[in-house]
Amino acid sequence: MADNNGSGTTALELALAWGFVGIPLVWGIYGTLVNAMKLFQ
Amino acid sequence: MALLSVLDRSHTIAKPGFSRWMVPPAALCIHLCIGQVYAFSVFNLPMTKLIGITKSAPDDWKLTELGWIFSIAIFFLGFSAAVLGRWVEEGGPRRTMFTAALCFGGGFLISAFGVSAHQLWIVYLGYGVLGGIGLGLGYISPVSTLIKWFPDRPGMATGMAIMGFGGGAMIASPLSVWLMRVFSTPTHVGVAKTFVVLGIVYAIFMLVGSAIVRVPAPGWKPEGYVPLAQPKKLVSTRDVYVYQALRTPQFWLIWIVLCLNVTAGIGVLGQASAMSQEMFPGRVTAVAAGGFVGLLSIFNMAGRFFWASTSDFIGRKNTYFVFFVLGFILYALVPYFGGRGNLPLFILCFLIIISMYGGGFATVPAYLKDMFGTRYVGAIHGWLITAWSIAGVLGPVLVNYIRQYQIDSGVPKAQAYNVTMYIMAGLLVVGFIANFLIKAVDDRHHMALETVDEAVGVA
Repeated sequence: MADNNGSGTTALELALAWGFVGIPLVWGIYGTLVNAMKLFQ
Repeated sequence: MALLSVLDRSHTIAKPGFSRWMVPPAALCIHLCIGQVYAFSVFNLPMTKLIGITKSAPDDWKLTELGWIFSIAIFFLGFSAAVLGRWVEEGGPRRTMFTAALCFGGGFLISAFGVSAHQLWIVYLGYGVLGGIGLGLGYISPVSTLIKWFPDRPGMATGMAIMGFGGGAMIASPLSVWLMRVFSTPTHVGVAKTFVVLGIVYAIFMLVGSAIVRVPAPGWKPEGYVPLAQPKKLVSTRDVYVYQALRTPQFWLIWIVLCLNVTAGIGVLGQASAMSQEMFPGRVTAVAAGGFVGLLSIFNMAGRFFWASTSDFIGRKNTYFVFFVLGFILYALVPYFGGRGNLPLFILCFLIIISMYGGGFATVPAYLKDMFGTRYVGAIHGWLITAWSIAGVLGPVLVNYIRQYQIDSGVPKAQAYNVTMYIMAGLLVVGFIANFLIKAVDDRHHMALETVDEAVGVA
């Protein structure tokens, strides 16, 4: 990251933060996609 | 009180080495939660059976009464975003997110009590008023912070957060249905307990967002970022005070642009299921129509990120030109594809239209930043959200009433939406003109430099 000089935010913190929001979001999108496939059945 | 001082803006200034990529997840913590409002309708039917359990009893609440919960929440979303916008900007993102978490989570808890006591006015007060205030505060809380962290990509940054608002319903809907199933017993439908769990989970999730959010130190710039020596014509390098912005024609032109873009999309979104079944009778079943609505939700969400990010490259004004020109063509083509029974192209038209509906929401904060600077952009955005409230009424009313009028006049159901599509196309022409008229803000509206310095000092 351009603004991360290494003494502050760690890669683990970034992964945790993005995972915290990303996992539920991906779960929601997956469920919606599965539902959306009914349009093509 | 000392404990609450951690919420102050001064305590949220990032230390050297803090990665700005921590801020979008903080914003998403808020927007993924408050996006739940779009899924509130999953509670409507269960709440009509709180007494009767398997079917509505005479004393059970009616659907028409329950519809007011969502309407009150949306009203207070717009109201709080507009009225409290300045407090949001001056108090900083952490205080606002913290307050939004308490209001939104608290709204659920109060509503749970209202459901248990079977007092609808308590639910109105809980989810409608308090939850609605949480929605409004939460919606605008990360906007200016993201723009300050990403001066090189403001559209992409706000697009990410507002994408979360679109995605929130995709999480809330199946989660709520699952919780109600878990908590339902022969004597309870499980709504009250579901509200308690959601209130606690959402509050915690939002509090995590408020804990990790940071504002950049004064004068901070991304490494390697060099502001343009000669700023673009429509990009202001100076700030406009929130109430001064309301006195500019630019604010009201953008208000019209957003209102018409949302009107065109929201009416379709609300009626997509019925419309697809009526325009393709026998070919689109109720189940398939549900799939169509799901697909629209995904494009609504993805469009927020795609179009807002694109606007960083082609400019905000050009992005809205694309919405209005392409939208006009697509709306005009829908009756043609419907008439020819071309389902794939009909679907494609609406997917693109809905992506631009979401894109309109996500691109507008960066448009405001270009016009009025970053200092009060969140507060100005709060006032602009009133355009959404108006469009939220206008869009569905246009689609529903014109359809009914057509059917009453003897037009077959399959063609009942044609006039609506042409009217939507016409609205987009008006939006195009409003967008065309937007010029740079006159210098007299800008804050004096010393005022900006004081404001930054306060911040």
